[in-house]
Order: sequence, then structure tokens, then C-alpha cells
Amino acid sequence: MTYTTAIFYFFAAILVFAGMRVVTARNPVHAALFLVLAFFTAAGLWILLEAEFLAITLVLVYVGAVMVLFLFVVMMLDIKLDKLREGFWDYLPLAGFVSVLLVIEMALILGSRHFGLEVMGTPAPHPADYSNTKELGRLLYTDYVYAFELAAVILLVAIVAAIALTLRRRKDSKYIDPAAQSRVKRNDRLRIVKMQAEKGPGARGQGSGEEGA
Amino acid sequence: MESVGMDWAAIQTVAWTLIKILALVVPLMLGVAYLTYAERKVIGWMQVRIGPNRVGFQGLLQPIADAVKLLMKEIIIPAGASRGLFILGPILAIAPALAAWAVIPFTDTLVLANIDAGLLYVLAVTSMGVYGVIIAGWASNSKYAFLGAMRSAAQIVSYEIAMGFALVGVLMASQSLNLVDIVQGQTGGLHQWYIWPLFPLFVVYLIAGVAETNRAPFDVAEGESEIVAGFHVEYSGMAFAVFFLAEYANMILVSALTTLMFLGGWLSPVTFLPDGIVWWLAKTGFVLFLFLWFRATFPRYRYDQIMRLGWKVFIPITLIWIVVVGAMMQTPYGHLFH
Repeated sequence: MTYTTAIFYFFAAILVFAGMRVVTARNPVHAALFLVLAFFTAAGLWILLEAEFLAITLVLVYVGAVMVLFLFVVMMLDIKLDKLREGFWDYLPLAGFVSVLLVIEMALILGSRHFGLEVMGTPAPHPADYSNTKELGRLLYTDYVYAFELAAVILLVAIVAAIALTLRRRKDSKYIDPAAQSRVKRNDRLRIVKMQAEKGPGARGQGSGEEGA
Repeated sequence: MESVGMDWAAIQTVAWTLIKILALVVPLMLGVAYLTYAERKVIGWMQVRIGPNRVGFQGLLQPIADAVKLLMKEIIIPAGASRGLFILGPILAIAPALAAWAVIPFTDTLVLANIDAGLLYVLAVTSMGVYGVIIAGWASNSKYAFLGAMRSAAQIVSYEIAMGFALVGVLMASQSLNLVDIVQGQTGGLHQWYIWPLFPLFVVYLIAGVAETNRAPFDVAEGESEIVAGFHVEYSGMAFAVFFLAEYANMILVSALTTLMFLGGWLSPVTFLPDGIVWWLAKTGFVLFLFLWFRATFPRYRYDQIMRLGWKVFIPITLIWIVVVGAMMQTPYGHLFH
């Protein structure tokens, strides 16, 4: 067993364990953290495949941003897992059907004689200065530019739709207009009243204070 | 016999890597220790105080005394805390802060790992630092700590986008993700540094860097006056100190990255002086001084203002400037943007 194979099995074992714990952990926050571990380990596996751009992006996007928001939501909500699990046995047949389908699909790909190691072969390792990122960018913006732009538009529409569906303008909420705040002048809020200082025996404080000193 | 030779080579590689890691981490930790001293002194002078001056000559041994004090203290784990995660929190805070240093070049040859996607690696690793804060806040089982964690999560996600876009501008100008190449794209003196063509991105990156490291005026995750100490309110002793180590290591990291990407790294500002690590240290020190200066000058931002600044000011600025840079590169003036 070579060093790379040992690392692969190490990462794969962690990935499978983390994946299992995501669905079995009783605490939703623990489950989300195991998902973080799974993403991170998957990124390690991708590095082994020389896909360093995708691996780093996986960490950057999913671990660094998506899962932070996920955790944010999971921590805020009061999730009763026992209540969620009430329908477990009802949904089991459907879930089992989907799982079996997934396994069959994977077996079709991995086990068939059209996709085995003999047919595809190991791709030649690239030299150290090979830029994965540049190659990916070139492909995305030349050969697959329409598909790429289409995906971008769909994402944009989804963003706009999500905001449009959830935006509620409350009439009674108070909000601050920073432009109005910074435009404000002293004279708008402050009025200086000039008045004569009071003199004579009626003036309080001053005289008695001096006596005390 | 051959396998023994292989093992020996592998052991040598591991030992050599460990030595290199030590050679990086030990100066970094010393830098962190004396950054706390510099912070107290600088802020002291700005506020017409003396600062620490009792332990050692001019108080120079103060950070050592602080470290010893924190090491001797007991680490208390609250009864209702999630024990494993409570301990994991500080570890997850410091690990990315140190791991990111693996790709930071000090000169064109003095770098631990000169990898091709160095900039992307730094961005990805530093984006994981927030887990330390979130996990610590949640595992403490304390409302103040939890509020701090929530604030930190929202703030870091908001500013990471602006920060990432600022870096996109840099890699458009340098046409590379490699940090050594980015610095070498700025060869030729002061006027070649990326700070000039990318000035809006420089400002955004620096301020987003302050926000990402939870430093004043963006330190709402700690917010002493509202939520006591935020996410680390339940931590004591060395566990507490590790959060501080992480914060200061991140400060030095952001300063170093600002230096590399906008201020020419180890390159000399004038062509008749030689390049060298001295410039790197001087520029990073200057950016660090800005961090301390900010803290001494500005009051803490209100939370909604932080969110507005991140989403409604910084992200539009970076988006517009990326388009400007991209358009300018197609014109005859493209050489100004490299």
C-alpha cells in the first residue's frame, strides 16, 4: 500500500463516518458540524485527485459560507428531533426505495465494464506547475460558456425570487436613513438661546459656594 | 534494505517539515506576544498614558508575565457546557490562523509552500476561523456567549464576500493566484504597487480585514459593554489565551496579506535599494499599526451599521471596481492595471 492509498483510505473512513453521524446524531448542531467535517474531508480527497481548485472552493464556499449560515439557522431554531422522527417508519419504504435506486445507479457506473479501471485508465499525473484553475476557467468560459451562463442566470433568478417571496415591508417598523443622518446640520437640531446672566442676591449657588471655600 | 532507505527518507522529510513549521510558528508566537505589548503601549501613548512599564525594562517582559499567568490558571468548563465542543472551539480558532501561514512568502525564496493557488488557499483556510467562535459560543451554554457567536457568524459571512471580491481584483491585475507571482507583478518601485490601480479594493480589503478579525471598531462579537465578552465569556486560563493568540495571529496574517497584495511585499519602494524581508517586516508593521490606531480612534460600530456597510457599501464598490479594472485592461491604458 502506497502512501497515497493510505491517505485515501484514512480520508474515506473519516468521510463515511462523518456522513453516518450527520444522519444519526441526535443533536442538530452536532449533525451540522459533522457535515462540515464531511465537506472538509471530501476536499482532501479531491486534492488527491489533483483537483485543487475545486477542493479549495469546496472549503471556501461550503465550509466557509454555506455551513456557517446553516449552523446559524440550526442554532437559532428550537428543533425537537424526537418530533421530527415521529414519521420515521412511515417514510421508511420510500426512503428505502430511493436508497436502493441510488445503490443500483452507482453499481451501474462503478461495476460496468464500460467504466472500469481497464477502460478509463489512470490519467497521467500533471507536472507541479500545471494550473488546474486556469484550465478550468478556460473550459468554463470557452467550450461551456452557454451552459455556464445559463446556470448563472438560473441562480440569479433564484436569488431574486427568494428575496421577492420573503420580503415583507412592515409599515410600522422604524428605520434609519443613513443619507439623511449624515446630511443633518447642527441648526436642524440645536437651538442656542442667548440670555443674560442673572445677578444680585437672587442668584443662587455662587455666593454660598465661595463662602464655603 | 531499500525499504529502510525509503523510511529514512520519509522520516527526514517529516523532520525537516516539522523544523520548518517550528521556524515559522515560534517567531509568529513571539510576534503575537509583542504585538499585545505594542498595542498596549501605542494605545497608551495615544491616550496620554504610559502603558505597561513595570515588568522588565520599559515593561518589555509584560507579555511573558501574562503568558505565564494564563498558563498557571485553571481551565474551568461550565457544568452545562457541551464538553467536547467547548474544548474544540479554541483549537478550531487557532488552527486556521496558523495553517494559513504555510503559503505566506517572506521573500521570493523564503516560503514554506509555494503553491499555485496560494491566494485561494489563504481565503479558504481563514474562512474556517469563524467556526472557533461559533462553536465556542454555542458550546458554552451561555446567552452572552451565544449572542456573540451569532453576531460573529453573520458579520464574517457578510464581510467575506467583500473581501473575496477585493481579492478578485488583485488576481485580475496580477493574472495569478500564486502569492510570489502577485508580488513579482508589482516589481519596479512604489508606483507599480497594486494599491494605486486598486485603491478602492485596498480600502475595502483593509476594513473587511479588520471586521474579519473581530477587531475594534467591528468587535461586536466581544462587545464588552453589551454582552460582557461575547463568545469567550466562559473561557479561562490558556483556553481563553488561545482565542487571543488566534485573533492576533489573524491580525498579523491580514497585515501580511495586505502587504503582499497591495504594498509590494518584500519589494523595495525605490529601485536603488535592494529588496528584502526588511521591507516585508516594515510594511506589515505599518499595517499592524493601522489596526492599533483604529482601535484607539473609533468607537464600536452599531450592529445594523456593520451589516449596512458590508452589504450595501463594500460589495457594490468592489463589484463596480472589478468591472472598471476589467474594462480598463481592454483599453490602451491596460498597462496601468498591469
